[in-house]
Amino acid sequence: MILDEKHKEFRKKVKEFADKEVAPRAKELDMNSEFPWDLIKRMAELELLALYVPKEYGGAGLDVFSYAIAVEEIGRVCGSTGIFLAAHSSLGVYPVYHSGTEEQKQKYLIPMARGEKIGSFGLTEPNAGSDAAGTQTTAKLIGDKYIVNGTKRFITSGGVADIIVFTATKDPSLGYAGISAFIVEKGTPGFSPGKEEDKLGLRGSMTSELVFEDCALPKDNLLGKEGEGFKVFMGTLDGGRISIGALALGIAQGALDASVKFVKENKKSSGRLMKKMQSIQSRIAEMATEVEAARLLIYQAAMLKDNDLPFTKESAMAKYYASIIGTKACDMAITIHGMLGLTNEYPVERFLRDEKLMEIGEGTSEIQKIVIARQILGK
Amino acid sequence: MDIIVCIKRVAQTAEADVKIDSSGKDIVKDRLTFDMNESDTYALEEAILLKEKFGGTLTAVSLGTVQAEDTLRIALAKGADSAIRIKAEDFEGLDGYKTAQLLKAAIKDLKFDVVFTGCIATDDYYSQVGVTLAELLGVPHATLVTKIDIQDTKAQVHRELEGGLIEHLDMTLPALFTIQTGINEPRYASLIAIRRAAKKEIKVIGASEIEPTGIQANASLEELFTPPAGKRAEILSGSMDEISAKVAGIIKEKGLI
Amino acid sequence: MNFDLTNDQKMLQDQVKKFADSVLAPVAPDIDKSGEFPWDNIKKMAELGLLGIIIPEEYGGAGFDYISLAIAIEEISRACASTGVIVAVNNSLAGYPIMQFGNEEQKKKYLPLLCKGEKLGAFGLTEPNAGSDVAAMETTARLDGDHYILNGTKRFITNAGEAGIYMVFAYTNKELKHKGMSTFIVERDTPGFSLGKHEDLMGIRATANCELIFEDVKIPRENLLGKEGEGFKMCMNTLDVSRIDIGAQAVGIAQSALDESIKYSKERKTFGQPICNFQMVQSMLAEMATEIQAARMLVYYAGHCKNKGMTRFSKEAAMAKYYASSISVDVARKAVQIHGGYGYTKDYPIERIYRDAKILELYEGTNEIQKIIIARELTR
Repeated sequence: MILDEKHKEFRKKVKEFADKEVAPRAKELDMNSEFPWDLIKRMAELELLALYVPKEYGGAGLDVFSYAIAVEEIGRVCGSTGIFLAAHSSLGVYPVYHSGTEEQKQKYLIPMARGEKIGSFGLTEPNAGSDAAGTQTTAKLIGDKYIVNGTKRFITSGGVADIIVFTATKDPSLGYAGISAFIVEKGTPGFSPGKEEDKLGLRGSMTSELVFEDCALPKDNLLGKEGEGFKVFMGTLDGGRISIGALALGIAQGALDASVKFVKENKKSSGRLMKKMQSIQSRIAEMATEVEAARLLIYQAAMLKDNDLPFTKESAMAKYYASIIGTKACDMAITIHGMLGLTNEYPVERFLRDEKLMEIGEGTSEIQKIVIARQILGK
Repeated sequence: MDIIVCIKRVAQTAEADVKIDSSGKDIVKDRLTFDMNESDTYALEEAILLKEKFGGTLTAVSLGTVQAEDTLRIALAKGADSAIRIKAEDFEGLDGYKTAQLLKAAIKDLKFDVVFTGCIATDDYYSQVGVTLAELLGVPHATLVTKIDIQDTKAQVHRELEGGLIEHLDMTLPALFTIQTGINEPRYASLIAIRRAAKKEIKVIGASEIEPTGIQANASLEELFTPPAGKRAEILSGSMDEISAKVAGIIKEKGLI
Repeated sequence: MNFDLTNDQKMLQDQVKKFADSVLAPVAPDIDKSGEFPWDNIKKMAELGLLGIIIPEEYGGAGFDYISLAIAIEEISRACASTGVIVAVNNSLAGYPIMQFGNEEQKKKYLPLLCKGEKLGAFGLTEPNAGSDVAAMETTARLDGDHYILNGTKRFITNAGEAGIYMVFAYTNKELKHKGMSTFIVERDTPGFSLGKHEDLMGIRATANCELIFEDVKIPRENLLGKEGEGFKMCMNTLDVSRIDIGAQAVGIAQSALDESIKYSKERKTFGQPICNFQMVQSMLAEMATEIQAARMLVYYAGHCKNKGMTRFSKEAAMAKYYASSISVDVARKAVQIHGGYGYTKDYPIERIYRDAKILELYEGTNEIQKIIIARELTR
């Protein structure tokens, strides 16, 4: 009922792909910490990797709304594949699409949009997470090259990416004003992926350190204007929040679906139908209601972005809400499954492990709340 | 009686934290709400009351972006027969003079006995457009109007002056009045009227319809800034009684009581 | 679903908001205190068309859709919760069932009265021993020639003390259980029909909430709504629509709690700075704002389902009602917390808002009932 015909059709297509091709791989991706190369290739074929990018730049020429639907549908069956899609599209593709010069778009955006190259975004550092003004990585213009030094951490797809947008400052004491955004390609001398994180969830996605040691970048690799890195990443994160929210929503929907299925199939030992037990009904109803509310918040934020209307508050609300109700839903799903929910016979324990990241990545819930509060207080 | 009312959609800044944008010439409007300028709502009501009394036509005109159509539609719902929007996006450097020129160009072919405007816009506080428009149209005007009685082509008008004085004028129509708040009690549009107004077309005219040559601004905005904080504030400390005594002392000292 | 409002919805919101702020809000504290029914304002709302928002123009209504209904009820409730309930009941629990299930004569006779506010509507379903469990109803209607003879008692009926037209549910055949229930339109001055106890409520105190007592009340046969035995179906269908309204009331009340909190947190200083600078306060404000927006979306979504003519949208309506009412109580609680000790006094409106919110979790099916409806739909 929420969607128009165009988006309904699109959802059907992605859902079919998710159910038929992604879902069967989800458990092993998680268990083996396997990166989903095969699924990425398929997503490229289905034109899912740059949904809102115009066709002339290799995208699908759709909108942010479709993108949210795609992340939601894939996240519903596999968080790892979902986070890859979200990171690639929102964090790799988007900043180049939004802030890149025509040359940069030709050189970087098109291959990323087509899935020939993998994109990533290096913002977080060991000592600068939600507080991006604390960026320590430096980029000093020496002659006609930027010399980059520093370390990025917790970078989704960082170790496998071909094209990485990252931020660095010309002087850490300048705060936001010193920060610029750059593009670095895999294999550039002085740049290498560092340690691979061993994580609670999203184990089929790769999260890496990026190490810069006197890495020399041509001036052309500056993305946007010098000193405007803040603008680049704030715009990127505003949009990224929609995709993390959509992923949180998808996983929550997965947890709800699994719970409904379990409840319908199972009887309690007393012989009473689980679905008639009020303690179960109460949990199912809460999950379903909150999942629906999260969906509406995310779609609203996507619609605002598609219409070029302000959406900072709405995207923060969507991300904060979807992630918080998402972990709650996954937790409830395990409770409904009982002991079985703790085993990997059922997907719900994986859902909970995957979902937890959504409360932390792309600005913690606490940061989202500050963003929302500032907006409503007019600060 | 044929009536024209000019209305403006303005940012509601009274209770907002106003910030200057990066151009230095405008304020950040992202999170502000917009509405019909306050005295314009009274001008509109006065126009509707006149139309209800004498019959005729009522046209609402606004110079604004496409969002101004929301404001014009409210005017239609309350009682205007038709509405015209002059596309603000087609013109640059809109000072009071140029605005009045554009309004004149938009209404010059319409018949009118009375033109209403608000007495002042709460965004730029110029209070220029009504008066300038009257001059350009070659009709008499009265500002800060708090009462109007019309008999045939004669209008008896009250104007509000400082010190609680009222000035009574006799004028001949056609004329232009800039309306002071409080002259009447603006109505709310009924739901049925809203539904009808939502379907009405708003005439939009832009640079291609209004010959832009010769319409020049007389002033250009250079900079918006917040003045440095003054040093005339004093924070009193002490118990409630002590503070009260200090306040009383200061007031006496300044000869205020 | 269009996540943006249409032109007429935007205008309706604008005008109702202004009306509510300048006409309804100033009297809200007084009528809360006195319990006086706000007839003056009801008459003004009738003139604006707010008593028949969804009723077609030919019957005296404004002919708006169900999202517009929600928008209007939200804005009214934001200013005055009591007035919000009164208007919601008139629209959705009296106007709607007559519009949806009445025959042409009933529509022509009653809808204009309701829309003009000449007679207000009330909905007589709940009984002393039959609340959420509708089938436990004891009121009966026996056909005797051209009349039904109505006997029984209804309790907790909003608008009852001031209404003129009552939708009353009774068993015409108790053995058939749900299928033996029928709906009647009962007029105030019918002999044998009297008002019982006036409830002294914690919140929404100006809503003339009373008992209805029927002692051998003779109801003309033509006042049967729809057919005999269709009462339960009509009741459920009507409650789905009404739950959009309850959700909208909840969103309005919660929004007023947030608005008051924002205002207060900017004014109130502790430790040398306004409390809105503190992260714990910001955190509460952000949670409140997010939950309100989520609730508003669910309410609009339920309205959207009804607009699209979905015959079954019980799940969506229950979600809107359950979620909006439960966050509304929570938001009001946090708002009191932000106000500190002042929030507990009658110097600030927040204590009234807190009291007004609680009923939302209870009436039109408790939230527990809503959850059962949602779970049943999902696990069918």
